[in-house]
Amino acid sequence: MWHYIARRIVYAIPIAIGVTVFCFALVFLAPGNPVQMLLPADASQEVVDLIMKTYGFDRPLPVQYWTWLTRAVVGDLGVSIQSNRPVIDEVLRALGNTVFLSFGAVMLAFSIAFVLGTLAAYYRGSAVDRGVTALSIVGVSIPNYWLGIVLVIVFAVELNWLPATGMGPRGSETFDLFNWSHFKHVILPIITLCMVPVGMITRTTRSAVSEVLGNEFVNTLRAKGLGELAVIRHALKNAMPQILAVMGLQFGYLMGGSILVETIFNWPGTGFLLNKAILTRDIPVLQGTILILALVFVFTNLVVDLFQTAVDPRIKRS
Amino acid sequence: MPHHTQTFRKIAACLAAGIALAFGASALSSIAPAQAQTTLRVAMTAGDIPDVTGQPDQGFEGYRFVGYTLYDSLILWDLSRSDVEASLTPGLATKWEIDPKDSKRWIFTLRKDVKFHDGSDFNADVVLWNISRITDEKVPHFNAKQFAAMRTRTVNIDRAEKIDDHTVAIITKEPDSLFYIQMSFWMMISKAQFEKAGSYEKYAQMPSGTGPYRFAGMVPRERLELTRNDTYWNPKRVPKHDRLVLQPMPEATTRAAALLSGQVDFIEAPSPDTIARLKSSGMQVITLPYPHNWHYQFNFVDGPFKDKRVRQAANYAMDRGEMVEMLNGLAQEGYGTVPPSSPYFGKPVLYKLDPKKATALLKEAKCYPCEVTLAISTSGSGQMQPLPMNELVKSQLEAVGFKVKLEVMDWNALLDVTFKGREKFPAYHAVNVSRATQDPFSGIFRFAMRKQWAPAGGNWGHYENPEIEKLITEIYNTFDQAKRDAMITRVHEIMNDDAAMLFVTHDLNPRALSPKVKGFVQAQSWFQDLTPITVGTTN
Repeated sequence: MWHYIARRIVYAIPIAIGVTVFCFALVFLAPGNPVQMLLPADASQEVVDLIMKTYGFDRPLPVQYWTWLTRAVVGDLGVSIQSNRPVIDEVLRALGNTVFLSFGAVMLAFSIAFVLGTLAAYYRGSAVDRGVTALSIVGVSIPNYWLGIVLVIVFAVELNWLPATGMGPRGSETFDLFNWSHFKHVILPIITLCMVPVGMITRTTRSAVSEVLGNEFVNTLRAKGLGELAVIRHALKNAMPQILAVMGLQFGYLMGGSILVETIFNWPGTGFLLNKAILTRDIPVLQGTILILALVFVFTNLVVDLFQTAVDPRIKRS
Repeated sequence: MPHHTQTFRKIAACLAAGIALAFGASALSSIAPAQAQTTLRVAMTAGDIPDVTGQPDQGFEGYRFVGYTLYDSLILWDLSRSDVEASLTPGLATKWEIDPKDSKRWIFTLRKDVKFHDGSDFNADVVLWNISRITDEKVPHFNAKQFAAMRTRTVNIDRAEKIDDHTVAIITKEPDSLFYIQMSFWMMISKAQFEKAGSYEKYAQMPSGTGPYRFAGMVPRERLELTRNDTYWNPKRVPKHDRLVLQPMPEATTRAAALLSGQVDFIEAPSPDTIARLKSSGMQVITLPYPHNWHYQFNFVDGPFKDKRVRQAANYAMDRGEMVEMLNGLAQEGYGTVPPSSPYFGKPVLYKLDPKKATALLKEAKCYPCEVTLAISTSGSGQMQPLPMNELVKSQLEAVGFKVKLEVMDWNALLDVTFKGREKFPAYHAVNVSRATQDPFSGIFRFAMRKQWAPAGGNWGHYENPEIEKLITEIYNTFDQAKRDAMITRVHEIMNDDAAMLFVTHDLNPRALSPKVKGFVQAQSWFQDLTPITVGTTN
């Protein structure tokens, strides 16, 4: 087991390096450069050169990458070109806020999807099944930035029940989940974000459970005289590894893919951070955020794998 | 009996007084919460809190909300009225003049008895220290980022001298009659506080200026909190609210939603399609001309626009009324580099819509259909609604015989094109980068001077006119303001004669305020004074 974990962690290293190389190259391939946003549009070449030198952008790309990498290994992700603040602080602060949203959204999605998917599988071919399938298609197809705006218009602007933006009265630093005036800020973003996972997890649950229900051992269970609820419990236990895998992936996607939703809700997470960093070519922030997100993704997959082993001992990791 | 009556009267009087007191107290206590703390919450368009350590970043929005709130410059902008374009007014300097014996030596008389928020004194030493802060690489408090951002404004400074504790002289390399304007962008930060902090990173957590607001706390990327400076040197500008909270909110829809749901009281730049909704909810939507220009700079070397007739044709093709209508009235028709309300507008040739003339000019120039490529952005500071606006310009140009290709890129990429100039991008025949036209140099000259040919400056397409060259040289050596203004106006008129740009529109600087916000006077400026605002508790 420990070997397995160690090996997976070692595998994460080339993935992380690959991600950073790719992202580094991509940023430099895009037109425009990081110091431009610091300078007035009519800055002279002399000033541009001085600033490029100050930030080390005058050196060859591989050298810049190497310098960055050697520092990143010891946890120093550099300093944001725009804000002059250490990138690690920026990313960690934002990461916590995004993990919170993504985790909440996936958990909510799981609770809904688990029930819907199981019902659809059990009543396969019935109206319930068709209804649930339609719902899950809607879930994955609705653009979540559009849904976010609609929810804001309905619940914040028209009904005035929930706030439209931000993380509570004094921002993320004093955020308190157990205080209603803070918690209500979370509701709309989480609902918006959970739509795609609801669709995905419902579909997976439905197909996994119905596949298990078609197995011969289910007939045996019924022949033994087991009640239907107990049969479903057995089926779910067998379908669980697949459902968990999808949940883990969805969590990973939400971590990296909530740029639009965070922008709409002015949620100070990694998506909001990335949005600004991309538009201003703030390379250190971009690199640092992407690296951390890649690591979170790898880590999530590892955790999911371990969970799978726990719920289904047949899956041996050695 | 009379005695009894008297006693009764006394008791009654006491009772009455008691009741009155009780009512008074309860009345007072019901007022008290309303007066206790008033907070003005502002949603900015920026994606982050502007730099609080002196020269703000995030463009002029940074100056508006962080610069002139925490700090003062030697010369300030008079933002107290709406009826004329904002002009300069004494700030930390009470007087400035050119040395009568030396046309390169400016003398600034400093305001006495001004203290920084940390209690230290404002004086000549502090001014010199602040000048070296962004001009002298060798001093320990040098700030490279702010140096870069201010370089175009500081490049002509040779040195600064202390005359006495309350007088300084700044010596320029070349005579520059417009130099004093640059001092209105120079924020004076506290030397004592910086030395206590030791570095800009630490100082960013405890900035100290002389401005009408004090720093009260910051959550990076989320909010900046400022409180009233009760001892501000200008009693007229002591804020009429206790707290000012600034929140970055780059998405226009989000800002509108935040205002409508009561999370903020004041939003910058609502988008045209939200105006009707904001108004129907009782929000105050305020618009006013200000020095902004949404236009195209032509390529004077490569492609069809080097022919004046083609440039004129493009200008005659513009139906600016239609543009204003599309923007729901949040813009005014643009006929020159500066808006008509500018003191430098003059009496230029106006290219009013004339499609027939436009087509005739194109045929005369033997460019029919006339193929042109315009470089545009998807968004950006001051770009308004670039995609629909450019589509409209394209259709108007094509209606008279142009064939337009829009080259769409993101804001940073377009800045790159602008910065490097036409030489590097000969395939683009015009670029659409909107500009602030706050002062004669940054609003007019830098698009017309040969010395400003990109990449050296803002003249992207290498426009040149010998008469303008002569006038500008003379302007820099003319210290009589009336004479100088007449010449600046002439430069503006000549640019119109040459059809030096494709003039389209000027933004009307929209902002929306909650009905409980009172007392805001919008100035014709990129900067605004928030201090007179009062915030009520009910709608």
